[in-house]
Amino acid sequence: MIWDWAFALEILPTLARAAVVTIQATLLGFVIAALLGLAIAVARIAVPRAGWAISVLVELIRSTPLLIQIFFLYFVLPNFGIVLDAFAAGVIAIGVHYAAYCSEVYRAGFDNIPRGQWEASIALNLSAWTTFKDIIIPQAIPPVVPALGNYLVALFKETPLLSAIAVLELMQTAKIIGSETFRYTEPITLVGLFFLAMSLVSAMLIRGVEELLNRRTIR
Amino acid sequence: MTEQPMVRFDKVSKRYGSLTVLDGLDLDIGRGEKVSIIGPSGSGKTTVLRMLMTLETINDGVIWVEGEPLTHMQKNGKLVPADTAHIRRIRSKIGMVFQSFNLFPHMTAMANCIEAPVTVLGMKRADAEARAAELLEMVGLGQKKGHYPSQLSGGQQQRVAIARALAMRPKIMLFDEVTSALDPELVGEVLEVIRRLGREHDLTMLMVTHQMGFAKEFSDRVCFFHQGKICEQGPPNELFGAPKNERTRQFLHAVLEAG
Repeated sequence: MIWDWAFALEILPTLARAAVVTIQATLLGFVIAALLGLAIAVARIAVPRAGWAISVLVELIRSTPLLIQIFFLYFVLPNFGIVLDAFAAGVIAIGVHYAAYCSEVYRAGFDNIPRGQWEASIALNLSAWTTFKDIIIPQAIPPVVPALGNYLVALFKETPLLSAIAVLELMQTAKIIGSETFRYTEPITLVGLFFLAMSLVSAMLIRGVEELLNRRTIR
Repeated sequence: MTEQPMVRFDKVSKRYGSLTVLDGLDLDIGRGEKVSIIGPSGSGKTTVLRMLMTLETINDGVIWVEGEPLTHMQKNGKLVPADTAHIRRIRSKIGMVFQSFNLFPHMTAMANCIEAPVTVLGMKRADAEARAAELLEMVGLGQKKGHYPSQLSGGQQQRVAIARALAMRPKIMLFDEVTSALDPELVGEVLEVIRRLGREHDLTMLMVTHQMGFAKEFSDRVCFFHQGKICEQGPPNELFGAPKNERTRQFLHAVLEAG
């Protein structure tokens, strides 16, 4: 038999520890993506003069592979005196990469706010900050939660790329187990199953959040 | 010497590309004066309000509010484009009610009315709520404080919008076709609120309207706009009763025939 249950059970604790790293990387990366993405989308509207530079930056990030960006942060930045450990470099790279995508999602959300909402904010003399914080963002975010959720799942599934810079997340751990024991079937299969399970759970959670937001906003 | 006007449009022009919407507009509005603007669509009447609310930039001329330029600042005796702080200071004297209400849909009627007083004027929440409650009472919606815009009729939404604008204690109120989006049976309740405002407050009011009957009864002065200019203006009896200008006659004839 190819599948060895005893071996699978034996490596499970090691993989579970690695799974924690994967989840940490996912959540931290997504926090960066969600907040930085929002900041980019707001800056595009609030500072029209910066629009061109922001577009170039977003396009640059979206049009180059994430793996190259990870390598860039980890191997190239030290040449400029910026040394990041593997986990930090990986999380920042993933976060910034997905921030570029998230910023487009937010932008679509902002574009859907009727002009009258901006005009009423001006007529009431609201500051730009208050307009975004109290009027625009609360209306723009709920409709784009599903799209943001999709990027959360996509980001999660890309964390194995961090194994390329030896972050001890799931994939790297599975590879190490494989190279030490010459058994790849169990570790790689278990990692795959973990990703499957977590993706399904995330999708359910996102749907839950979506419904919650709908109930709160659509009256 | 006459009293300083509340608002003065001084040779104000507005162009979109090659299209001239307003052509060297001169218009003075006195303190407490109620002025209605009528005219065919595309005559630039809404643009007048939108420029005064700083929703549109102006190409030429200066708008003065209580003797101060709205979108300019005086610097070494010259007028230069104003910074945000200046614009916000002058703009605080002006409130506007829109054709499409533009209430914040994610906020209750009460929250709509206290948002700006709390965040802009720095009022205490409790004080802002007390004041908003009075205003909602005044527009006849004391019972609807906790309702969201989607739970209100068009007429009720527009009355909340009026209360929301008044909560900022403006000296000048702009009404931009405020009944045009309403079902006919809801027009009366909104006009009644505006009528009361005119009677009980010392507000300067400038309105663009298609309600000729209301303009006639309510205004101190009516301005007829045509092709970006004031074609004729005067007290409502004169303008409606004995229009001097041929264009005014044609317009009034067409509108009164239809309505």
